[in-house]
Amino acid sequence: MEQHDQAPDAGETEPLGSFASYTVGLIFALLLTGASFLVSQTHLLWAPGVPAGLAVLAIAQMGVHLVFFLHISTGPDNTNNVLALVFGLLIVTLVVSGSLWIMAHLNANMMPPSALMEMRR
Amino acid sequence: MLGKLSWDAVPFNQPIPMAASMFIVAVMLGVSGLITWKGWWPYLWREWLTSVDHKRIGVMYVLLALVLLLRGFIDAIMMRTQLVIAAGNAQGYLPPEHYDQIFSAHGTIMIFFMAMPFMVGLMNFVVPLQLGVRDVAFPVLNATSFWLTAAGALLVNISLVVGEFARTGWLAYPPLSELQFSPGVGVDYYLWALQISGIGALLAGINMVTTILKLRAPGMTYMRMPVFCWTSLASSMLIVAAFPILTATFGMLLLDRYVGMHFFTNDGGGNFMMYINLIWAWGHPEVYILVLPAFGIFSEVIATFSGKQLFGYRSMVLATLAICVLSFMVWLHHFFTMGAGADVNAVFGIMSMIIAIPTGVKLFNWLFTLYRGRLRFEVPLLWAIGFMITFVVGGLTGVLLAVPPADFVLHNSLFLVAHFHNVIIGAVLFGAMAGYYYWFPKAFGFTLDRRLGAVSFWCWLIGFYLAFMPLYVLGLLGMTRRMQHYADLSWQPYLIVAEVGAVVIFGGIVATIAQLVVSIRTRDRRRDLTGDPWNGRTLEWSTASPPPAYNFAVLPEVESLDAFWAMKQHGPVKPPDQYQSIEMPRNSPNGFVTAFLAVVTGFAMIWHIWWMAILGVACALLTLLTFGWMERGEVEISGAQLAEAERVRLRREDGA
Repeated sequence: MEQHDQAPDAGETEPLGSFASYTVGLIFALLLTGASFLVSQTHLLWAPGVPAGLAVLAIAQMGVHLVFFLHISTGPDNTNNVLALVFGLLIVTLVVSGSLWIMAHLNANMMPPSALMEMRR
Repeated sequence: MLGKLSWDAVPFNQPIPMAASMFIVAVMLGVSGLITWKGWWPYLWREWLTSVDHKRIGVMYVLLALVLLLRGFIDAIMMRTQLVIAAGNAQGYLPPEHYDQIFSAHGTIMIFFMAMPFMVGLMNFVVPLQLGVRDVAFPVLNATSFWLTAAGALLVNISLVVGEFARTGWLAYPPLSELQFSPGVGVDYYLWALQISGIGALLAGINMVTTILKLRAPGMTYMRMPVFCWTSLASSMLIVAAFPILTATFGMLLLDRYVGMHFFTNDGGGNFMMYINLIWAWGHPEVYILVLPAFGIFSEVIATFSGKQLFGYRSMVLATLAICVLSFMVWLHHFFTMGAGADVNAVFGIMSMIIAIPTGVKLFNWLFTLYRGRLRFEVPLLWAIGFMITFVVGGLTGVLLAVPPADFVLHNSLFLVAHFHNVIIGAVLFGAMAGYYYWFPKAFGFTLDRRLGAVSFWCWLIGFYLAFMPLYVLGLLGMTRRMQHYADLSWQPYLIVAEVGAVVIFGGIVATIAQLVVSIRTRDRRRDLTGDPWNGRTLEWSTASPPPAYNFAVLPEVESLDAFWAMKQHGPVKPPDQYQSIEMPRNSPNGFVTAFLAVVTGFAMIWHIWWMAILGVACALLTLLTFGWMERGEVEISGAQLAEAERVRLRREDGA
């Protein structure tokens, strides 16, 4: 917090990642993307396992983005980033699990179409 | 060449929309004519349209909100008038397809283009001043956020003249909003306007979170931040978390409508319930995005006009953060009746009741702040007390609606309409008006007329009760929302009272406009020379009114909560012998140009003018790249200039 007497945009900021780290990140990201296409378009995986495989690859992809592009690390200067990540994870968990639960329940409690037809008679 | 656009799009054969369009076009031409005649364009461009100053951007946000409050209110009073007439055999003056557009536009405008810009504008203006810093974290991005919001507002208003607006209600539930049932351009206007302004809101949220976390005056620890900064932080975190859901949901509906996908259609494996689930996963946090800054405003106002430190600062912060998380755990209460079973309904019902607890904590904190305070009944305190009473009524009906069995009776009835107007007007609008009056002298250097402010408050308060209490009764009598006509004549007296209420509220709006005009005319008598017209407690009052572009010549040292109050207790701070020069960001047309291109692209997409859409996107990308890579440097304000400006300011304060 040494740059207080400057306008917000004025400080010279250190670049967070090196050219090499961005390149490594890009290669990882491309590999994982390629792998998802491979899994979904070929019979490499046992067919019922494909969604699970895609989910794993997607989560790995998020990890690559967080580490290489968004610079989430365990460094001491990183409290805000980690807190933001935790908050994000909390919200995503709430929304995704809540949505799955709600949608499962909606279908379970829907009147079967045949019964609906009965009622209309 | 012009896609679906033709002369048929202009409503020549419908007198009411045509008159409204002509009026709007006339006003716009009149205003631009006046500006051209007076030769104000260069000034406007230099000082406002390209400004990256958070204070100017905040002022423009609030101006946008006030203009669209007028538009939204005209929609409201048209609906009320229709319902006074259209009972029994009478059909009223608005045909159903027009009435449906009016209630959709009213909701969309009031939430996205009135309440949102009002709150974001006040945050923009106040938060950097309260934190004791010179601007937000990303000044150019800030301007871009504002202009994207304005672009969305412009698209909604273009729909009045060219084409039509959605007839689907303010959240455009499918399957009604799918191509099969809404083939016109109305839903497309809705979607593109909200996509563009939604991105603006998201960027504004990111900017505000970064500002509060990374830029604070020396010594301003988290627990020394004013409550308004805390509520702005919580509200902005909710924006960052919730708006992507909105963008993704609208994105899927756009894919359904434009390329024939089946996310939310009846056929092809789509499920429209997913839309309703997702839209409320955004929609419930959205109400807290709006109301949390209002809570912050009331906290500042009540502490200032009680002459006391806010009661229970820590519990206020905790309650704010609790609401921030809990607001993501209640969204199903908007669709209890749509098929979920007892387990789901019970959990979300109980969560909805739990969220009333931190809100109750806040209310008691305000009460205890008022208790034995030296109250000064200035206009902002009137709004605050009016809010406290009104909001309790709205909160209690909310807890009632959170009981699933009761909700099965009241869902989509006028009881619900009365409830959410009760909390949104009672808290958000009252808060915005309190903040407008409270910070106006800081923004412009003169106070607003007090008597007309009080008139506006009483009109709004009485008008609100007259307009919405009958709706509670009508809801219990079984009247549903969004009706263009009703057969039951026993409802009519209640609707007449509601119309009278709307007219009284109109009196409040007229008083606000008159207040502005009168205050500007008599501004020389009402100058705020001290920079501290209310005997304030927080740092925004420690600088001049209006503040210089750089806010503070020397960044204040913060040693406690209510930093400015503590400074006043310790006696004046001695000005330094020498001032360090300041670098401020240069103005940038980036935001204005990008937003203009967004309007072009949105309009082209709505009317399927593909070449224009591609051109718009390409130009926007080019603009972003050009400005992004341009080395523009900063404006430097030298120490000598600062010393001179400070000398003038201090002499003026001494004279006052």
